[in-house]
Amino acid sequence: MNARTLIKQIGPPLFFFAFFILSWHALVELFDIPPYLLPGPPRVADAVSAHAARLVDAALLTAMGALSGFALSFAFGFAIALLFSQSRIIERGLYPYAIFLQTVPIVAIAPLIVLWIGYGLQGVVAVSFIISLFPIIANTTAGLTQVDPRLLDLFALNNASRWQILFKLRVPNAVPNMLTGARISSGLSVIGAIVGEFFAGYGTDDFGLGYLIIQTSGQAKTDYLFACILFCTLLGLAIFSTVGLVSHLLLRRWGGA
Amino acid sequence: MSDPLVIARGVGKKFPGGVHALADVDLTVERGQFAAIVGPSGCGKSTFLRLVAGLDEYTAGELTVDGDVPLHARRRRRDLAYVFQDATLLPWRSVRRNVGLPLELRQQSDEARIDEVLDTVGLSEFADALPAQLSGGMRMRVSIARALVTQPGLLLLDEPFGALDEITRQRLNEELLRMWERDHWTGIFITHNVYEAAFLADRVLVMSARPGRIVADIAVPFQHPRDADLRHQPDFAKLARDISEQLGRAHS
Repeated sequence: MNARTLIKQIGPPLFFFAFFILSWHALVELFDIPPYLLPGPPRVADAVSAHAARLVDAALLTAMGALSGFALSFAFGFAIALLFSQSRIIERGLYPYAIFLQTVPIVAIAPLIVLWIGYGLQGVVAVSFIISLFPIIANTTAGLTQVDPRLLDLFALNNASRWQILFKLRVPNAVPNMLTGARISSGLSVIGAIVGEFFAGYGTDDFGLGYLIIQTSGQAKTDYLFACILFCTLLGLAIFSTVGLVSHLLLRRWGGA
Repeated sequence: MSDPLVIARGVGKKFPGGVHALADVDLTVERGQFAAIVGPSGCGKSTFLRLVAGLDEYTAGELTVDGDVPLHARRRRRDLAYVFQDATLLPWRSVRRNVGLPLELRQQSDEARIDEVLDTVGLSEFADALPAQLSGGMRMRVSIARALVTQPGLLLLDEPFGALDEITRQRLNEELLRMWERDHWTGIFITHNVYEAAFLADRVLVMSARPGRIVADIAVPFQHPRDADLRHQPDFAKLARDISEQLGRAHS
C-alpha cells in the first residue's frame, strides 16, 4: 500500500474524528455544560493521563478475559459446527438452542453465570465466551454445508471418504465464513468481558475496565468514566482490527473467493 | 470385434418432480472408442452422463459399465474421470494441487505425473497460480489435466468447452484429440456443437428432445491422427451437415 492510498484510506475517518472532537468541545464550552454531566475533551485527556497506569492495567486484564472468551468460542464453535455438518438431525435438533445464545440478553444472565462459574477471571471469560459463540457456530456451519454441489460430485467421482470430504472440501470451503464469524465474535467478546466484569469483578487490587466503569459511575467521576469508555473502545478496535487484518491476509491466499 | 464397456438398454430417468429426462436410451460404447452425444439443450444428455458415472440412479432399463452397475463399477475400477461444464476447481488450491487432487484422494502421490499432465495441457508455468488468476480457457485446461492425471480408462466430458470462445474451443479440441490418440481412453463427450462432435469422435449419437432417446448413430470415417485442417475438408462439411439434419429432425 503506497502513501497515496493510505491517505485515501485513513484520511476521511481522521477528518470526521477531528470534526467530532471539535464539535464536542464547542458544545461543552458554548452551553457551559457542567463537567459531571459531560466533560469536554481536555478534561477527559487529563483523566486519561492522571489514571494512565490504572487504565492500561485494567484494559490488559479485560483484553485477557476477552481474548480467552474469543479463543474458547472459536474452538467450541468450530467443533459444534463440525458436528452439525455431519448430521442433519443433530443440526435440526440443536440449532434452535444455539440461536438462544444469540437472543438471550447477556446482561440478564450474566449474574447467573457468575453465580455458577464464580467470581474473577473465569466468570468474565464465561460471559465473553457465551456472547461470542453463536456467530462462530452460525457462520462455520453455513460454510461447511453450503458447498458447490459439483465439487461434492467431483469428490464422489473419486470415491472420496467422508473424512476426505470433510477435511479436504468442507473445512477449506468454510474458511471465509469462519473468518467472518471471527470478526463479528471478536467485537462481541470485548463487550462480553466488560459486561462480565460488571458482575464478576475482580479483587480490590486488580480489576478490568468493566469494574472501573461501575466504580467511577457510582462516584460521579464522569471524566474518569469517559476515559474508561475510551479505553473500552480502543480495546475493541484493537482486537477487531487485528482479527480483520489476519482474515484479510488469509482470504487473499484463499483464492480471492 | 466387439468389446463393449458401456451398455445401455432401455434406460429411462424420471425425476421425483415429474420431469421425464430420458426414455428408452439404447447404446453401446466400445472400449477405446470416443463417442459424442449431440442433442438439443435440455434433452437429458448430461443426465445420461451422470447415470454412467453413478452420480444419479436410472429409473428404467439397464445400464452397465464393464458388466457392473455404474456405482459399483466406479468404486471397483477407480479409473473414471469426469469433466464438468465449468472447470469446477477448488479456489483455495494452486493449479498443481488441483490437478493432484484425484491422486491425493486415492492416497497416492506422483509429482512426476502431475508435471507430465501440466506439460500436456501447457500449464507448467502456471503450476503455482490460483484458479482466480487464470482465464476461462486455462481453467478448463486445469480441469482436463485433473481428469487425465489418474490415466482414466473411462473419461466422461459434459460440454466441457461450451462456455469458451470459438478459437479457444478449437485449440482445446485439437489438444484433447492428441491426448486421445496417444492414450486411447474410452470417451463419452456431450456437446450441442455438431462440428466439435464430428472433429473429435469416432461416432456421433444424436439424442432427441426430452425425454431423450438415441435417434441416430453416425459413424465418423476420418482416420487418426486428425489435424485442424480436417475442418476444411469437403467430407467433413458433408458429415457435419448430415449430423445437423438428424439433429434438426430430433428437435421436432
